[in-house]
Amino acid sequence: MIEFTLWDIVRNLLLAARWTVLLSAVAFAGGTIVGLLILFLRISKRRWMRQFAEYYIGLFQGTPLLMQLFLLFFGLPLLGFRIEPWTAAVLGLTLCASAFLAEIWRGGVQAVPLGQWDAGSSLGLHYLKQLRLIILPQAFAITRAPTVGFLVQLIKSTALTSIIGFEELVRTSNAINNATFEPFTVYGFVALIYFALCFPLTRYAKVLELRALKY
Amino acid sequence: MGYALDFGWLNDAVSLIASGAAMTIFLITVSAVAGIVLSILGAAARRSRHAVLRRAIAGYVELIRNTPFLVQLFFIFFGLPSLGIRLDPVVAAILAMTLNMTAYTTEIVGAGLDAVPKGQREAALALGLRPRLVFIKIVLPQALKVIYPALTSQIVIMMLESAVVSQIAVRELTYEADMLQARTFRAFETYFIITLVYLAMSIGLRRLLIAGGNRMLAGGVS
Repeated sequence: MIEFTLWDIVRNLLLAARWTVLLSAVAFAGGTIVGLLILFLRISKRRWMRQFAEYYIGLFQGTPLLMQLFLLFFGLPLLGFRIEPWTAAVLGLTLCASAFLAEIWRGGVQAVPLGQWDAGSSLGLHYLKQLRLIILPQAFAITRAPTVGFLVQLIKSTALTSIIGFEELVRTSNAINNATFEPFTVYGFVALIYFALCFPLTRYAKVLELRALKY
Repeated sequence: MGYALDFGWLNDAVSLIASGAAMTIFLITVSAVAGIVLSILGAAARRSRHAVLRRAIAGYVELIRNTPFLVQLFFIFFGLPSLGIRLDPVVAAILAMTLNMTAYTTEIVGAGLDAVPKGQREAALALGLRPRLVFIKIVLPQALKVIYPALTSQIVIMMLESAVVSQIAVRELTYEADMLQARTFRAFETYFIITLVYLAMSIGLRRLLIAGGNRMLAGGVS
C-alpha cells in the first residue's frame, strides 16, 4: 500500500481546490451575464417577459440544485450534445446563479425611488440609458452585500458537482479518503479549505452591509 | 432526434416516489422543529452575559455557514466513526440537517430578538414578570412574528438541500430517483419527474407554513 503523509493529503486537497475556485469564478461570471438578462426581463414593461422571468426564478429557487445538475447531465446528451461533468457543472451553476442574482438585483432596482426614472426621462434619456446610467449603478450599490453573500453560497454549491463526477475538492477528498481511510482528517481539512475560501467573503459582505447601513 | 421520451415506468414507481417523498418530509419536519428550538436557545445564549458561550455560538455559526452541507454530512457520517461515534444514515442526516439549519436560524432568530423594542422588555420587567417569562411571553412572540417569513424560506431551502443526504444512502426522494433510473435506464425522465415532485413540495410547504403562521401567530405574519 502507498503511504500517504499528512502533507500528501493536504497538498492534493489544495490542488483540487483550484478547480473549486475556478468553477466558482466561471459560474459567477456566467451567472452575472445571464442574471442581467433575466433581470431585464424581470423588470420589463411587457407582462409576458416579467412572467417568464418570474417562472424562471421560481423554477431554479424551488428545485434542488442537485436535480438541476442531474437533468443537465442526463438531459443534454439526449439532445445530441456530448457533455462532460465540467460542462454540466458550469452550465448548472451558471443558470442557478443567474436566477438568484436576478432576484437579488431586482430588489435593488425596486429600491431605487421612482423619481430617479422620471428624472432620467426628463433629461431625455431613453429606457436603456436610464437603466445603464441611473438605475443599475444605484441598484448594484445597494445590493453589493447580498451579491457577495451569494458568491459564498455559490462556492459552497460547487461541492454538489462532485456527485455528477466533476473532480473538484469534495470528489478528490472522497478518492483520498478511499486510499487513506482517514475520513476525520480528510473531511476536516476539506471543511477548513472551504472555510478559508468563504470566511473572508462572509466578513467582506458584513463590512459592506454595515457600510450600507450608515447611509 | 433519435430518442423518444418514455414514462411507461412511472406506474410502477409511484409508491417508491411516495415513500421517498415521505422520508424527505420526515427529515425536514424533524430537523426544522429541532433546529428552531435549538436556535431560539442559541440566539438567547448569544445575547447572554457569558462571554465564552457567546463566542462558542458565534464560532459554530460561522463554521457551519462557511462550509458546504455535503462536507458537513460526510464529516458526520464518515468522519465521526473514527472517534467511535457510529451513526445510522437517517440519524446522521437528521443531525447534519439540524446542525446546518440551526446555524442559519440562530442568525434569523437573533435578528428578530434585536428587532423587538427595548421598551417592551422594560415594561414587562416593570410589571414584575421574571426575566425568563419576559423572554418567553413578551420578547419571543414578537420576534417570531417578524422573522416568520425568513424562517419559512430557510425551511424550504433546507428541504431542497436535503436531496444531498441521498449520498449517504438515506432512502429519501433523490435516493429513490437514483435507484429508479438505475433500473429503468430512463435517467432524464426519472429526474424530470422527481424535480417536479420537489417543485410541488416546495410550493406546498411554503403555502402550508404561511397559512399555519397566519393562524398561529396573533394578528398574522407581519
